[in-house]
Amino acid sequence: MIKTALKGSAFTIYSVLAGLLLGLPLFVIFFSFFSWDTAIWQHLAATVLPKYISNSLMLAFGVGFGATILGTCLAWLIVNYNFYGRRLIQWMVLLPLAMPAYIIAYTYTGLLDFAGPLQTFIRGTFDLGAQDYWFPEVRSLSGAIILMSLVLYPYVYILARTAFSEQSQKYREVSELAGVSPLKHFFKVALPLARPAIMTGAALAMMEALADFGTVEYFGVSTFTTGIYRTWFGMGDIKAASQLSGFLCLFVFILIMVEKMSRRDSQNYSSRQGKSAQAKQVNGINGILIFVLCSLPVAFGFIIPFVQLATWALSFSDLSNLADYPEYAMNSAMLASIGAIVVVAMALLFSYAKRLHPSKTVSGFIQLVSLGYALPGTVIAIGVLVPLGWLDIKLNVMTNVWFDFQPGLVFSGTVFALIFAYAIRFMSVALNNTEAGIQRIKPSMDEASKVLGDSPTQRLLRIHIPLLKASLLSATLLVFVDILKELPATLVLRPFNFNTLAVKAFELASDERLIDAALPSITIVLVGILPVIILTKTLDGIERKYA
Amino acid sequence: MTISISRLFVLFSLVIFSAHSVSAEVNVYSARKEALIKPILDDFSNQTGIKVNLITGDADALISRIKSEGQFSPADVLISADVGRLVRAKQLGITQANADEVIITNVPAYLRDEELHWTALTLRARPIMYAKDRVDPASLSTMQALTNKEWKNRICIRSSNNIYNQSMISGMIQTQGEAKTLDWAKGLVANFARTPKGGDRDQIKAVVAGECDVAIANTYYLAGMLNADDEATRKTAQQVAVFWPDQDTIGTHVNISGVSIAKYASNLDAAKTLIRFMLTDEAQVWYAETNHEYPVKAGIKWSQTLQDMGTFKAQEVSLAKVGETNAKALMLMDKAGWR
Repeated sequence: MIKTALKGSAFTIYSVLAGLLLGLPLFVIFFSFFSWDTAIWQHLAATVLPKYISNSLMLAFGVGFGATILGTCLAWLIVNYNFYGRRLIQWMVLLPLAMPAYIIAYTYTGLLDFAGPLQTFIRGTFDLGAQDYWFPEVRSLSGAIILMSLVLYPYVYILARTAFSEQSQKYREVSELAGVSPLKHFFKVALPLARPAIMTGAALAMMEALADFGTVEYFGVSTFTTGIYRTWFGMGDIKAASQLSGFLCLFVFILIMVEKMSRRDSQNYSSRQGKSAQAKQVNGINGILIFVLCSLPVAFGFIIPFVQLATWALSFSDLSNLADYPEYAMNSAMLASIGAIVVVAMALLFSYAKRLHPSKTVSGFIQLVSLGYALPGTVIAIGVLVPLGWLDIKLNVMTNVWFDFQPGLVFSGTVFALIFAYAIRFMSVALNNTEAGIQRIKPSMDEASKVLGDSPTQRLLRIHIPLLKASLLSATLLVFVDILKELPATLVLRPFNFNTLAVKAFELASDERLIDAALPSITIVLVGILPVIILTKTLDGIERKYA
Repeated sequence: MTISISRLFVLFSLVIFSAHSVSAEVNVYSARKEALIKPILDDFSNQTGIKVNLITGDADALISRIKSEGQFSPADVLISADVGRLVRAKQLGITQANADEVIITNVPAYLRDEELHWTALTLRARPIMYAKDRVDPASLSTMQALTNKEWKNRICIRSSNNIYNQSMISGMIQTQGEAKTLDWAKGLVANFARTPKGGDRDQIKAVVAGECDVAIANTYYLAGMLNADDEATRKTAQQVAVFWPDQDTIGTHVNISGVSIAKYASNLDAAKTLIRFMLTDEAQVWYAETNHEYPVKAGIKWSQTLQDMGTFKAQEVSLAKVGETNAKALMLMDKAGWR
């Protein structure tokens, strides 16, 4: 008994230690609040801060809304209807995940701006001059909202799909018996039941939108992120920049709390008695209609930009560097695999520790490390550099005393620093999967295992990990794809002579050599497609298991 | 005994994991993009046998990295695409003086630090660019004149987030004082054709699209477009011409790409050799031909595209001072409502 309690607290201790470690960069940011420069804040408040706040809010809620609509509708249609081409659509809807937001932004600008093919075609066909017609401006706040929604909806889709497919077939049968229309059933029964999952997906999309720098900078939308860069890089005021980041964290913290609260009264273990929802066969014109509806987000979020990138890459890229691409792809895949495994293992530790001993401390740390997802990569990178630099200096002092030897930098400037940064940046993505997965496991399982005399470690290995396989796999794949696309932290923290696909793509794109950037961009997308396909299979597996 | 074995193990792993080196090499932290610097670094390695290790990234992020790496930083050389960051690196105490004769004789005094903590390698100019079919170059004269009413809704320029604009305003603060610069910035913002968005190339495209009639942009972007692989871009660029403002007075604003030696550089000789190499005729010609930047050294032939844009009088304000007023310039643009 005592032994069990100790083991339990061992998991708590591990998770607290991991939380403290991951929290370090965030503490660096929060620490900045201790010295307050009123002058700079007065200046910011009088000039740019109102715009940062309003734009960031509109962007976050706009993307949250857009991603929710797209992700929920797709999930509902795909789970509930069996239509022509469903198998194809099923994996294609996830493809936009492989498309970095800044790349889609650059691509659509190339397509839709004045010199792009569409406007040239319009002018040519109708013989119009430059000022004779109106054309929507891609590079605007609404453009950013639409494009980010198109690549971020899969977060909502994945969670909504699992939630919908877990809903018992009985619900629908009852609705049908009561004469409730399918539409009403969706709004009155299915949607409220799936709400916590959808909210979690929406929160992820919103955080990703808040952390974005590339798109908003290119589109000329001033947000908190551009403000942080501006204050730090332009004014050289790292303190005020950290304080701005701190406020961003605070906003995200509120967002997470609201999301948690919305989930509180809907805690269920979705005891899956009876069959899960069965897909209804839809043929003829309705089937085609559903197929077309479902392919729209894929077409705009993936196929169109992909084709444009491929065209650029094939017609203009300097293919002589092609020999370097296997190395870039290997580096990207290596970082993404190590990172994904480390991040998901830590997420599992947190979730399991919380399940064993639901304590305020562990929950608090889970919330703390979730904040990183909304922080721009550069801010996290600096947050990582400061403690690691300190650690390296201490280490050198120590080895100097012991061996009269100084190893130099061991942590900063190595892959360790990168993985550390990824862990903070993407912990939230992994945690959402492990948390949701572990909550689905009935407590009676743990009780049974306890009765059989399993230690917490054995229980984790024998019960939870096998049951969580699908959640763990989807967490790993999501983090993998996220790391593949990650840019600012990789750029700053990477070791010498170490290039990844994202670094290559960004360097060219940010130098306004968009067409040259097409080749690395398309390679990122191609490397990202494989995990996305595996992810689809995993989701299928979850569905079948509950069917 | 056991303790010393475990100590040895620690020592061993530290040796394995730390990036220590013995052969001749130099570690470069570069804010210039790899594509714009790697070829010349490769040439350097081929000629000297010194291996170059490279990281590229945001200048400020690299500076923060050097700062937090402290005395163990492997950085030997910091390359920046603008002067503001070199000045900041010096202020943070992460650079050291490099009183090399080659720099003193080849680089004009206003293009290097007084204490030789940094020096320019190339120059980039930021003139006015106008639509050939709609704008009579005779109607252009000075930057000041762009604030006149006749230019209302006709000017495109990128966001004030961009360092080139920050340095330009900072240069103006140096030459004309803060109050006058603020008035100018307000006047310019009032004449903007659109909210600033996109990069310099986008401003040039907007001029061709008819969204505005003049743009302020760096010359090498236009030069890059004029020499682009695809015909559409070349055709777009050909519809725009360069006008050199303020030729009778202070001259056109110029910025630099430059280099510093890190304070704790462990490969000091190699670092100095590299900088000397960057100032050779060969390297200077490469920059002029490939990147269409102006060589910092006199007597180097410009690329044909740059020659076609014409010669000009450059603003000879101390770039060290320009770097120092960077934050002031940014706050001034905030006040002027320059996004």
